[in-house]
Amino acid sequence: MKSKSRNFYLIPYVIWIALFVVMPILLVLYYSFFDIDGQLTFDNYKKFFTPVYLKMTFSSFWYAFLITMFTLLVAYPISYLLTKTKHKQLLLLLIILPSWINLLLKAYAFIGIFGTYGAANSFLEVIGIGTKQILFTDFSFIFVSVYIFLPFMILPIFNALDELNPSLVDASNDLGASKWITFKRVIFPLTIDGVKSGCQIVFIPALSLFMLTRLIAGNRVITLGTAIEQHFLVTQDWGMGATIAVFLIIAMVLIMILTGKRKRGIL
Amino acid sequence: MTDHTIIRFEQVTKQYDNDPPVLNDVSFEIERGKFYTLLGPSGCGKTTILRLIAGFIEPSKGKIFINGKIVNDVPANKRQVNTVFQDYALFPHLNVYENVAFGLRIKKLKSNEIDRKVKEALRFVNLEGYEKREIKEMSGGQRQRVAIARAIVNEPEVILLDEPLSALDLKLRTEMQYELRELQRRLGITFIFVTHDQEEALAMSDEIFVLNNGNIEQSGTPTDIYDEPINRFVADFIGESNIVPGVMLKDFSVQFAGKTFECVDGGFDPNEAVEIVIRPEDLEITMPENGRLRVHVDSQLFRGVHYEISCNDQDGNEWLVHSTKKAIVGEEIGLTFDPEAIHVMRHGETEEEFDKRLEAYEEGSYEK
Repeated sequence: MKSKSRNFYLIPYVIWIALFVVMPILLVLYYSFFDIDGQLTFDNYKKFFTPVYLKMTFSSFWYAFLITMFTLLVAYPISYLLTKTKHKQLLLLLIILPSWINLLLKAYAFIGIFGTYGAANSFLEVIGIGTKQILFTDFSFIFVSVYIFLPFMILPIFNALDELNPSLVDASNDLGASKWITFKRVIFPLTIDGVKSGCQIVFIPALSLFMLTRLIAGNRVITLGTAIEQHFLVTQDWGMGATIAVFLIIAMVLIMILTGKRKRGIL
Repeated sequence: MTDHTIIRFEQVTKQYDNDPPVLNDVSFEIERGKFYTLLGPSGCGKTTILRLIAGFIEPSKGKIFINGKIVNDVPANKRQVNTVFQDYALFPHLNVYENVAFGLRIKKLKSNEIDRKVKEALRFVNLEGYEKREIKEMSGGQRQRVAIARAIVNEPEVILLDEPLSALDLKLRTEMQYELRELQRRLGITFIFVTHDQEEALAMSDEIFVLNNGNIEQSGTPTDIYDEPINRFVADFIGESNIVPGVMLKDFSVQFAGKTFECVDGGFDPNEAVEIVIRPEDLEITMPENGRLRVHVDSQLFRGVHYEISCNDQDGNEWLVHSTKKAIVGEEIGLTFDPEAIHVMRHGETEEEFDKRLEAYEEGSYEK
């Protein structure tokens, strides 16, 4: 009786998962076996292992890696400083706030800032360096991506640092550890779960970025995300687009497993 | 200051912002190789003293000396003291062995030496064979021992213990009290133990500091403090007490509850108003006609070792009696006690004045 009613409450959840998670994945898988003329084929998978797509895959991973690394490098110190401030929740909110603004709007704002006559170049002019090409470079692509992903990295790291028992830091100090050693041996290992989930949240979407590659990187960076978008919207080769998507899904699942939480007991 | 002194506080004040000071102009000395207890209610400043010694916080005013050197500016990781934290603060990502080895690894000792010392420390706290265990697999009492091992393995001159037994159940706590005391004797290093549990303090210490509101109210051996509390706060905080107002007619003669009694205290002004302390276990039940006090039994609780009997005399003073004999609620009984059981406290006397008076009248009594 009890388990029956429990199953009953599960129904909406199961419908949701089936409609919006399982079905789309199956559809993607289904489409990946058809070529542009609607013939059943494995050619898409063969094509994926040609240098063109492998290069794209590699460049996707490379940029996602760079974005994740720089986001982490910026986010960890910010999170750490945040936990030390008095109004940490307020400051955290201020950092999260920009993530509520539409991605496209933010991208366009950066086009304005980084453009030839934008604020960044005016500043370079003033300090005597002179106008530089900023937009459509690797730098601007990674910079804007880091800016966009930053809140998603800060949140889990901040939470992990906030939960860290301060007497552990005292204990490490007490046992003779300097601040740096305490960070290396106590603080960082104990917040690694936050770092891992932060990296997941950043790396996986970064792998399939497509809008920024066009707007900020000027299509000089072609990632798998861009390729999928082009196949579905421009070349209408849904089969190839779906095949790339299948590989992206596999990559994401692998990353999830690799960086999966190994829960340690916290006293 | 003698060679035995290891830690000295000189008029130390600790104040956060504009709040009232947590520690108010405190001075004391800690001698090598003894077991000290800082005792007081929560918020009395005892943990603050510990954190000042450990170096986690700096004093707002005053000087702290360790081994004769001012350590106000010496950070915690450069001090020869180790702490056992209230929540143990064991590193959850390291196993028992690595927790204990933490301090040694920082000192960059050779691995065979680390191994030897860690094993020795674990043997000291009866945790041999637990090296590979994770912290979360250990019980509260075992975690406690790991924390102690982690402190003693560094061979510090002083070990600070911040209410380390408060999270344990009663039986384990009593067991650990014996073990800690024994450990301190074997190691011969100074222990500074913080607690709000007066029984714990009395059982374990060589020397107790009773703290209240950021001041040291009284310091001395457990028997000194128990038998000769300096004021109402100490008498009340350490053990149960009957405290009644009285008048010191002359030396060795005190009047309270409407009668005059012989006592062993002196050095007061004639007819000075004082407070009398009699411990509940010093009161004995007899027949009403044989008693030095006649009281009415109000209530009685069975406490296992003894009955706790609450009585009232004609003046409305309440008397608490600990007796193995049973009384009957509602009846009148007599209470007797020795002159030694009466302890007289002067109002507003400082510890210094108290010691001086004690010396003065004791010398006087020897001359007689």
